[in-house]
Amino acid sequence: MSDFFSNLDRRWIFLVMGLSIAIPMLMGVVFPEEPSQEVLDVFNAVEDLEDGSNILMAYDYDPASKGELEPMAAAFVRHCAEKKHKLYFITLWPAAIPMLQKNIGILNREYPEYTYGEHYVNLGFRPGNEGVIKVVVTDLKKLYSNDVAGTDLNELPMTVNVKNIQGMDLIVNVSAGTPGTKEWVQYAATPFDIKMVAGVTGVGYTPLVPYVPDQLAGVLGAIKAAAEYEEAVLQNYPELRTNPATQEGLRRMGPQLVAHMLIITLIIIGNIIFFMDRKRGVA
Amino acid sequence: MKRTVPLVIAAVTGVILIASYFIPYAQSWGEEAMIWFDILAAIAFVLGGGNLLKMHLQKISNRRAGWGFSVVTISAFLITLSIGLSKMGVNPAENFPEWSWSGDYLQEGGGFKWMYDYIYLPLASTMFSLLAFFIASAAFRAFRAKNAEAMILLGTAFIVLFGRTYAGIYVSQPIIDVLASITGSEVESLMSLRLDRLTSTITNVFTLAGNRAITIGIALGIVSLSLKVLMGVDRSYLGSEE
Repeated sequence: MSDFFSNLDRRWIFLVMGLSIAIPMLMGVVFPEEPSQEVLDVFNAVEDLEDGSNILMAYDYDPASKGELEPMAAAFVRHCAEKKHKLYFITLWPAAIPMLQKNIGILNREYPEYTYGEHYVNLGFRPGNEGVIKVVVTDLKKLYSNDVAGTDLNELPMTVNVKNIQGMDLIVNVSAGTPGTKEWVQYAATPFDIKMVAGVTGVGYTPLVPYVPDQLAGVLGAIKAAAEYEEAVLQNYPELRTNPATQEGLRRMGPQLVAHMLIITLIIIGNIIFFMDRKRGVA
Repeated sequence: MKRTVPLVIAAVTGVILIASYFIPYAQSWGEEAMIWFDILAAIAFVLGGGNLLKMHLQKISNRRAGWGFSVVTISAFLITLSIGLSKMGVNPAENFPEWSWSGDYLQEGGGFKWMYDYIYLPLASTMFSLLAFFIASAAFRAFRAKNAEAMILLGTAFIVLFGRTYAGIYVSQPIIDVLASITGSEVESLMSLRLDRLTSTITNVFTLAGNRAITIGIALGIVSLSLKVLMGVDRSYLGSEE
């Protein structure tokens, strides 16, 4: 038995992992989620704002991290739309422009009362990484004289009087790396005292924890936090439950649970073999 | 001259940016410098493209190992660039219908958007999702409790792996209920032992402490490196002398 596992072809492990993700995904297995205090801090930062507040939606992620970050990005959009906030979409990543378009598509489909230029605007991408933040925080129109469609920002009702992003009531940043949350905290939120929340990948979460709660009101880490955030939104806005798209993060937790259990099982089997081999004097 | 001018530009810009942070009068100088930086960043895309072509064409020309991959890279680069620049399949923007090139290059139905949706997006997602398979294989072959440190790491990994899913609550809640009934204490007072709460404790206490130390160390390193760059002591960013 020990020899069988010791010489196991890694492709069998790949197959089992593939099945452990595919089967719960195809079966639509959903487990209950309980919003943690960390997630509720982020939720309350959006919820406690007055209806119609100005929010900068800085979405800095690309297709590689779409699976992990898209559910929380969508949940932020829906939550803000329920609160009728005014949304300013912006990105520092060239590959994120379609991600902005996809999230704006949620407003077009599910919130027809949201009008472009009055309730939301797509500022798109500008090159320069944190350099962009340093400029827009003092003078937005120096870099963004027009929106993504080429419309002059002075012609749009919601941007005509915006001098810089210091007037934002909240920055919501969904980030997969650099430039991302750290740069928004360092160059915008902290020096100009703008409230900020973020949603990041699992590996990006722990380096941001020291910024909470003074420089960041809260951080969502990976798909687990996205699912909890969705649950918090659904508990407060139960009418959204009829829309299956509002539970994308919750659905992705099914495959995650099975995959985690498989990894734990593999570690245990690997260690049993290790101790058996050591006992036999092989290891 | 070739090295002195960039050194002077870096030093002057650095001093302006520092001054703009501390002196309100100089704030507009810093803004001006950042505009220049953003313009240069846009030009850097062109330089990056040129450099990519140069490196891979050299590799193909010298028939170095893996030159076939360079052919694929250059072909993909040129095809993407030509479809993007020509705005293939893109309709004029609503605001400027008389200008055929005024449409957004990422417009729905356009060639570039098609490439993004059906080539770049699935490839990038696939590369990232491969991690799950390699982690599973590594967990089986490499994660061994060889000594006390490895055992602590394993224990932490188990708590986090359970705690980051509903399994954490499912497994530990009944144990907490039993513990509460045995000890006669309130369930709420033992909730900090639930695996999802333990995961939060690990993140918010142990990991946080380590991260703070690393962050402070990095910040001190950045300060010292920045000073060396501003004073011209560190010139590594200029490349080699050749």
